[in-house]
Amino acid sequence: MQWLSDFTMTLQPSIREFRMSFYLLNRNRLQRISLIVIVLLVLVAVFAPFIAPYPGHAISDTNPDDKLQPPSTRYWFGTDELGRDMLSRVIYGTRISLQTALIAVGMALLIGVPLGAIAGGLGGVMDEIIMRITDVFLSFPPLLLAIAMSAFLGPNLRNAMLSIAISWWPWYTRIIRGQAVSIRERQFVRAARAIGTPKMSIIFKHILPNTFAPVIVQASMDIGGVILTIASLSFLGLGAQPPTPEWGLLISTSRTYFLNAWWYSTFPGIAIVITVLVFNLIGDGIREVLDPKTRRF
Amino acid sequence: MKRFILRRLLLGIVVMLGVAFITFFLTRVIPSDPAAKWVGPRATPEQIAKARIDLGLDQPLHVQFYKYMGDLLQGNLGSSLRTRRPIMLELKENLPATIELVLISTIAAVFIGIPLGVISANRKDQWIDHLSRLFSVGVVSLPTFWVGLILQLLFFRTLHIFPLGGQLSTEIKLTMEIPKITGFLMFDSLVTGNFRIFVDALWHIVLPGITIGLYPVGLVARMTRSALLEILNEDYITAARSYGLSERIVLWSYALKNSIGSTSTVVALSIGYTLVNTFLTESIYSWPGIGSYIASAVIGLDYPAIMGVTIFSAFSYVILNLVADIIIALDPRVRA
Repeated sequence: MQWLSDFTMTLQPSIREFRMSFYLLNRNRLQRISLIVIVLLVLVAVFAPFIAPYPGHAISDTNPDDKLQPPSTRYWFGTDELGRDMLSRVIYGTRISLQTALIAVGMALLIGVPLGAIAGGLGGVMDEIIMRITDVFLSFPPLLLAIAMSAFLGPNLRNAMLSIAISWWPWYTRIIRGQAVSIRERQFVRAARAIGTPKMSIIFKHILPNTFAPVIVQASMDIGGVILTIASLSFLGLGAQPPTPEWGLLISTSRTYFLNAWWYSTFPGIAIVITVLVFNLIGDGIREVLDPKTRRF
Repeated sequence: MKRFILRRLLLGIVVMLGVAFITFFLTRVIPSDPAAKWVGPRATPEQIAKARIDLGLDQPLHVQFYKYMGDLLQGNLGSSLRTRRPIMLELKENLPATIELVLISTIAAVFIGIPLGVISANRKDQWIDHLSRLFSVGVVSLPTFWVGLILQLLFFRTLHIFPLGGQLSTEIKLTMEIPKITGFLMFDSLVTGNFRIFVDALWHIVLPGITIGLYPVGLVARMTRSALLEILNEDYITAARSYGLSERIVLWSYALKNSIGSTSTVVALSIGYTLVNTFLTESIYSWPGIGSYIASAVIGLDYPAIMGVTIFSAFSYVILNLVADIIIALDPRVRA
């Protein structure tokens, strides 16, 4: 078991660092509440079928006897124009939002990280080409490119995720490239180069693993924004399609009825606000804790 | 400095070329049958065949791109599927209403956001700082379209204070002659002395203005705060304070002046975001701007119109960033 204790030895500083950061993050009351809410949201998403009072209402079942009922003990969040329980639909919406946001960010990382590592690791012409391409992508307001892209790919949730990933990757490329450029000149990379390790394996085996930390932080900060973007696309009719209980889509359909059914648009909106807010608060907290300039013990 | 501006201008042109290339790629290469996409889902085979020739899809890609760029440079964005009118013309008609909204939110961002950020930085970790930070994180977490609906529920349905939507009341639209000089309703009614129209227009812009303005105010406040916090730690601020200058002068004149670079970048950024946020807001308020235009284009699958608005917005965003960079370049410290 020698290797195991060696392994934990080398990991020790980063474990200590992580625990310290977590302690600092957790000390702030607002951030602690946010952490708890995120855990709750994940639980709601995972156990949606068990929590939702009317799981069938989430997708296809209709209930014409109880159309547009205001909130009551039976339907806590009221019902929609087909008599479906809004609470159940909002609960299932949590699942959709968290899942799509994670996939979209994941795809953006999959595109952005390797490109950034190649740009920073190789340098020269390749660097120049990749970075000029990211410049062009970054010259669109993020939501705009996603709107145009999903309109042309065809409006559905899968394409919405893809469009978000395509408008989001340049941010990660920039971060990774910056990291890679500085790591490229470190001793261990020079050593690897000196013993003739191929360029690509230097980039992916030696440089890339050392660039992850900041990009993971950035990605966790982006989750809130991505959830908001998905809701916005669905609101415009470019994301989820009925009868999917996606929050943005719920608000979009509510527009026909909301002046006489306040609950219809209010509850899905509150769900979006809470989710995006807690992710943004945590993101802010993580940045503050990890940035030596603002870190305070 | 001249060299910097020249280089920045050149870079701006390169970026715009890239933007044009991406939009070209989006419209011509990604769809499996671009011609079918371009004429819409209800087109006949003859219309599709005609579009194929009109768009030059039978020619090699580089020839297509050349022609596409030529059209763009002449301001030709094709014509709308729904109205069959040139998109450039429709954009021009819809633009003033949107610019009014964006202008109002930018004014709010500058005159509310910056002071909020300054006060927040000055009173770091006091209750007013906590409040303003919570506000700035809060408003960037709000879905704009939902805020619009909630404001309507509150101020139209429940309190009956503000109108539901539109730029003017119906009775004014029907009984009075609406002045049309520049197309900017509020400006036109003011210079022609139509105060009733002006007041009515002002009344109508309140809710959409708040909806659109919250985000930039929060963003600018947040950025101003963090820029100032860094500056307030610098030696020259300590020096100014030790001269016995009042805190007000130190803060608003010494410190704020040096944050002008980052602030102008954020303002430019927030104008771009605001422009895109109108896509989500205007249709809620039946506001006759390009936001409503693209929202209905999306529903009607009017691809040329969607593309037209996209190109226009992306170009304005590039230009805004260019202007912000040039403002920064006026700072002698970055002139090198």
